Amino acid sequence: MAVEALQSFRVETRTRLSSAFLVVAIAVLAIGFAAPLFSSRVVIQDLFFILTMLVLAQCWNLLAGFAGLVSVGQQAFVGFGAYTMFAAVILLGLDPLVGIVLAGLLAALLTVPTGFFVFRLQGAYFAIGTWVIAEVARLSFAQWKALGGGTGTSLPSGATRDMFGVRWIADLFGWRASQATDVLCYWLALALAAATILFIHRLLRSRQGLGLAAVRDNQEAARAVGVDPRWMKSTVYLLAGLVSGVTGALIYVQKARISPDAAFSVTDWTAYVIFIVVIGGIGTIEGPIVGVIVFFVLRNVLADYGSWYLLILGLIGILVMLVAPRGLWGLFTDRTGIQLFPVRRMLTGASTTKTITGGTHG
Amino acid sequence: MPILALDNVSKSFGALTVTDKVSFALQSGEALGIIGPNGAGKSTLFNLITGNIRVDAGQVTFDGADVTRQPPMARCLAGIGRTFQIPQPFEKLTVFENLLVAATFGARKREGEVSDDCASILAETGLLGRANQPAGSLSLLQRKRLELARALATQPKVLLLDEIAGGLTEAECHQLVETIQAIHRRGASIIWIEHVLNALNSVVSRLLVLNFGKVIGIGEPDEIMASQAVREIYLGIEV
Repeated sequence: MAVEALQSFRVETRTRLSSAFLVVAIAVLAIGFAAPLFSSRVVIQDLFFILTMLVLAQCWNLLAGFAGLVSVGQQAFVGFGAYTMFAAVILLGLDPLVGIVLAGLLAALLTVPTGFFVFRLQGAYFAIGTWVIAEVARLSFAQWKALGGGTGTSLPSGATRDMFGVRWIADLFGWRASQATDVLCYWLALALAAATILFIHRLLRSRQGLGLAAVRDNQEAARAVGVDPRWMKSTVYLLAGLVSGVTGALIYVQKARISPDAAFSVTDWTAYVIFIVVIGGIGTIEGPIVGVIVFFVLRNVLADYGSWYLLILGLIGILVMLVAPRGLWGLFTDRTGIQLFPVRRMLTGASTTKTITGGTHG
Repeated sequence: MPILALDNVSKSFGALTVTDKVSFALQSGEALGIIGPNGAGKSTLFNLITGNIRVDAGQVTFDGADVTRQPPMARCLAGIGRTFQIPQPFEKLTVFENLLVAATFGARKREGEVSDDCASILAETGLLGRANQPAGSLSLLQRKRLELARALATQPKVLLLDEIAGGLTEAECHQLVETIQAIHRRGASIIWIEHVLNALNSVVSRLLVLNFGKVIGIGEPDEIMASQAVREIYLGIEV
């Protein structure tokens, strides 16, 4: 280990495969953008569902997989974002798109008081605390008579049709306004999903991402090397809340009808999301992408079986946890060493090359 | 002026006093050894210096500033680096990434600036060949070396070593002592808790003896080892 050899060291995160994948990803994004031109409205609605669930899954994965914060209360921010958008449209007469932006800002603000409570709790107590807060939010919004109380309400007819950009899309492609609304929502979901994945990848490759991984692995040791665990976790919690709020608002622009039970549903916005992340592979960016596809297929295959649907989902979840605790993507990457979003920093140079292994993160 | 000074520092857990009015000063560039039987409060003393445990009374001064109420992160940034008695690696990160965390946060530097430093610390501690392995896959010796390497990556002014030679073979221990001597020669101040006395005494110039949380002796290693109190309490030899 000659000291002069040290000058030749380089640090790499990209692999040749991941660089090639970047091209594929851009192509997929371009095809996704053009999809409304050659797909039926049902397909676009399905893709919208997949993309919004993917964003929620990425958020939950950031919390649980990268920061060790197992929340079962993210529906608090989905519902809060959705209601904020409804309030902006119905009470203030604003454009739903402005409502979506407001939803993100207010959901981020909401993380301050909720974080104040839940960050006093650890592990399982943290999980229960987040759920309790979501239930409090659901019951509070059920009292808001101007937004329909417990039974909920609908967006005024025309609110989404008059949304910024809908008329322009409708004229350009010769679609009806309702179809143009769906397409606009879909494009926003596509942009949101792409931005979320890109942002999380960049975060993990930054200094902050290293600190986050350190906190997840060993909080006491992280403190001893100058990382502030509380700041790390609060920031991630805030970001996940913000993005979940935006996603909730977007989902409900497309649904156009809201009720407290649906908007704050622990099954729809947290249980399914956890299922997606767990079967796909927790602690990886690829995991939720694989997971959401599997989830969508299962949902369609089992759609006619009523409550068997949930039973089978649960069974598959348990099986995957037992057989492949790091999910389907973990199983795949263990066998092949392939990573599409590599975050591991590899030190390369003469004396280390022979020991470089394609180990996986998280 | 001493780089680190403790003034009447005390800590109790319930009725048990683990640190009892401890006072001492470490001069800049000095290497001080701490010995004492198991349960004497040696590791607790380290945790009080790093801020992982808060003092009940007394004052900790580092580099001219009162750090008694500062959290561990701030003390690390100020220049206190430590190893843990039971190694605490970031298991899912690679060995190299373990050092990157310490260098980018503990020394407040950008990733690009520190990779060469991290590589040379890995070379010095004999971990370069394992740079890209997950830290969770390391053996005990390698974990202990990683503790030392990670502490060094924070560029500490004072390095606190907690039983870093324990459980090693004689040859491994000898290597480690040489590494620590080299670090000390470059100007780092060191406080080293150790049961392996010949390793300790080949580095330090003063010894502090702790028993039941109290300092019962501090001075030159020869003088301390010869004192009757140490022989009775620490070595268990009836004189």
